[in-house]
Amino acid sequence: MTNDDVNSIRLFSDTALKLDGGAELSPVDVAYETYGTLADDASNAVLICHALTGDQYVASPHPATGKPGWWSRIIGPGKMLDTDKYFVICSNVLGSCMGTTGPASINPETDEPWGLTFPVITIRDMVRVQAALLDALGIDKLMLVIGGSMGGMQVLEWLTTYPEKLHSACILASAARHTAQNIAFHEVGRQAVMADPNWNHGRYYSAREAPAKGLSVARMTAHITYLSEDALTQKFGRNLQEREEVTFGFDADFQVESYLRHQGSTFVDRFDANSYLYITRAMDYLDIPGRFDGRLADAFMSARDVRCCVISFTSDWLYPTVENKRIVHALNAAGVPVSFAEIETAFGHDSFLLEVGEMDRMLEGFLATAGQTYSRAGDTNA
Amino acid sequence: MTGLANTAIRPDLQLIADLIKPGTRVLDIGCADGELLDYLVKHKSVDGRGIEISQSGVNQCVARGLSVIQGDADNDLAEYPDHSFDTVILSRTLQAVRQPRSVLLELLRIGRKAIVTIPNFGQWHVRFSLLAKGRMPVTKALHRTWYNTENIHFCTILDLHDLIVQENINLLEFVPHQKDGKRLNMGLKRANMFADQALYLLEKPTG
Repeated sequence: MTNDDVNSIRLFSDTALKLDGGAELSPVDVAYETYGTLADDASNAVLICHALTGDQYVASPHPATGKPGWWSRIIGPGKMLDTDKYFVICSNVLGSCMGTTGPASINPETDEPWGLTFPVITIRDMVRVQAALLDALGIDKLMLVIGGSMGGMQVLEWLTTYPEKLHSACILASAARHTAQNIAFHEVGRQAVMADPNWNHGRYYSAREAPAKGLSVARMTAHITYLSEDALTQKFGRNLQEREEVTFGFDADFQVESYLRHQGSTFVDRFDANSYLYITRAMDYLDIPGRFDGRLADAFMSARDVRCCVISFTSDWLYPTVENKRIVHALNAAGVPVSFAEIETAFGHDSFLLEVGEMDRMLEGFLATAGQTYSRAGDTNA
Repeated sequence: MTGLANTAIRPDLQLIADLIKPGTRVLDIGCADGELLDYLVKHKSVDGRGIEISQSGVNQCVARGLSVIQGDADNDLAEYPDHSFDTVILSRTLQAVRQPRSVLLELLRIGRKAIVTIPNFGQWHVRFSLLAKGRMPVTKALHRTWYNTENIHFCTILDLHDLIVQENINLLEFVPHQKDGKRLNMGLKRANMFADQALYLLEKPTG
């Protein structure tokens, strides 16, 4: 993961980024990708917010894995988010490891990797960095900000912090606060990383071995929460892995074991263990209603001109419909125009990344009319 | 009404639209494909919101640019603040909710006014059908059989009127009409015998 061929920009060089946790960070490098061409009046910008282990390669191949962009299904020329029309931006979040400043970056004061001396960050801190990036790109308003899972949490923080910079916002399979169960699963992941002797309190960057075992167990656990019992049963059942009978040992007898081990081992090649700790922590600290005496609606009082769309999935038990509906009810109570649907799928939390017909139809309708109303509003302003 | 073909909506919906003041805030509960809401947004510049149970309905609404949430009258009204709308519309849905009385009261909590329309189970076709055949009636307005109908709380024009009186709700307008939207100029009792449907414009008494 070298920085050589990463598009990135250095921000907060003069004025430090003030973090929710009280610390300051300066400078902050932000790695980002863009697709399409920014209009002369910067009126066609769309921001994509990525999830926990996502990255800026939303519509172009990942440099480490060579896999297609994680949302290239809907972003590209002639696609739902048409890059012939829109200027699509996706930046690697603060604390991550794909070129944006995070615990694996070099602390300029020590010339050593930050490791655990990197300040703890929040979802809102990530959004502050995105807002600074847009300022640097000369974009004062977004036609759309969209994201699923942790990406949806960033969209919510956009709605609370920079509503005047938004025309429309779309939140998929997300929540405005982490529940005890959400925190519990993240804690298992973090403990798995920290239990790996190679982790060494976060000081492993110059060591021969990274805490790959711990990180891979963390990923395996998390991956289960992204699926559903139905999805696992449909995909694997009790099928055995390249054998006729169980071996009465601890090899990966079952296909589901082999699949999870593969998910874990490929993940460690592209992700930093300390980043995993910091970003899961940022998600655990998310409690938007908590900042407003438990009244989430109060968070959205300035967002009444932003057209919103919220989508949940029946089989998502990580950020279930009830959490998404809390967001919808709050937006409604604040008078924000919001559309919502609970889409029927068997694929669990990951559904938002998959081809789901009813979701696509809803998104298409929302994006098309959001685009039309935005250009109409632009015409009258011109 | 402009009379242009592309602005025509279903006649019974037009009866509702005629009662909506331009520029007001409107919630349409059970808004289906958004026909009425779309008309109100385009022709009366209302700030319109919808609630619809079916995924296909929600998708059609969203494709029209409407703000519609998937949900229903029984479960999704409690979260709205008092008087968040000028008018709340419940069109041909009251008979399909689990708690008609509490839904009716909710309409008048979140809306200053409510427009409720019902299919009239007291209409003579229905009465005759039950009397003559001894089976639950299947009519134009009530076209499903008893086991697959979504209508679980049938009422007549008089039944709903009784509830309105009982709950001390002001009845501002009563418009009995046929399914084709043709108004019937008659009082409650005759309407209860002859009207396919009825529209009630309601307001909670002040104080």
